Amino acid sequence: MTFNDYLLLFGGMGLATYLPRALPLLYLAHKKMPQWLIDWLSLIPVAILSALIAPSLLADAATRSFAFGKLELLVAIPTLLFSLKTRSLGGTVLVGMLLYWLGGMVWG
Amino acid sequence: MNETSLKDQQTLRQGAVAAWPICLGYFPIGLALGVLAQKAGLPWWAVAMMSVMVFAGSAQFICVAMIAAGSSTAAIILTTFVVNLRHVLMSSALAVYLQGVNRKFLALYSYGVTDESFAVNLTKFREGNWGRWQALIVNHMANSVWIMATICGALIGQFVPQGALGVDYALTGMFICLLVFQLQGRIYVITGILAAGLSTLWYLLIPGDSYIVGASMSAATIGYLLKKRYRRSQ
Repeated sequence: MTFNDYLLLFGGMGLATYLPRALPLLYLAHKKMPQWLIDWLSLIPVAILSALIAPSLLADAATRSFAFGKLELLVAIPTLLFSLKTRSLGGTVLVGMLLYWLGGMVWG
Repeated sequence: MNETSLKDQQTLRQGAVAAWPICLGYFPIGLALGVLAQKAGLPWWAVAMMSVMVFAGSAQFICVAMIAAGSSTAAIILTTFVVNLRHVLMSSALAVYLQGVNRKFLALYSYGVTDESFAVNLTKFREGNWGRWQALIVNHMANSVWIMATICGALIGQFVPQGALGVDYALTGMFICLLVFQLQGRIYVITGILAAGLSTLWYLLIPGDSYIVGASMSAATIGYLLKKRYRRSQ
């Protein structure tokens, strides 16, 4: 591929990435939002975080099938408890990494 | 030192402190992307160009796989659009906290809305004591690390050992903790459990990436209706 091929491809991808991020912000930030929308949107973060994490803990990505007891899931449980107890973001990240590292050596 | 620059420094520091888990998590992923891209035949400058023009990790991985498979430019762009539609939801949720902010700022801010920066900034906005400048710094620190990591991956990625120190788990750990921060009442717990179940089922049954948008919109809608009903019955 030439420079111009890449420019066309990444330019198109850039727009396809930027517009879904920019249009809602540019529109909604200057509009009085109805209360139902604000209430609904307040549930979006918890829903989206859950939807991002759950399949990666409960399913195998290569075969796209249910997988119970993956190392990711086993590590997630103490990591979740740690964050509930301490409410520390940095601590949770480090504890999760440490357990995943140790788990990988035991199982690996 | 005068007062404004002290305040600027504080803003910068707050942004950097909030951004470090993202940066830690982005590094190994960016390296991996760079290695794959280099294997797919992309020169390092094309990797740099992609990370600057398209700041979207999952879409970039898919793009590299599609280039390797010989897909057309149009097909790659369309796939990118579909994969990134979830950011419509994230930007809409952020708009609640960026009411009335000028459009120039929003145009710049939008560039850096990723799953990770969204999760960190939205949590911070909700806790209060968080401003748009700190949020912008989080976006751009994450972006800078991402660009550097992908370039490093393309240049020297093959020589870096995989999975050292459990760093592959950094973003999962961060998401778990940010999820915990969101649980501020029973309705949030219910919505979270619904989204976990729905997304896993959706992921197993329907090919593609629609599970993120589909499950989170469904779970939020059910949660909203439950809350409304509960309020009315009171």
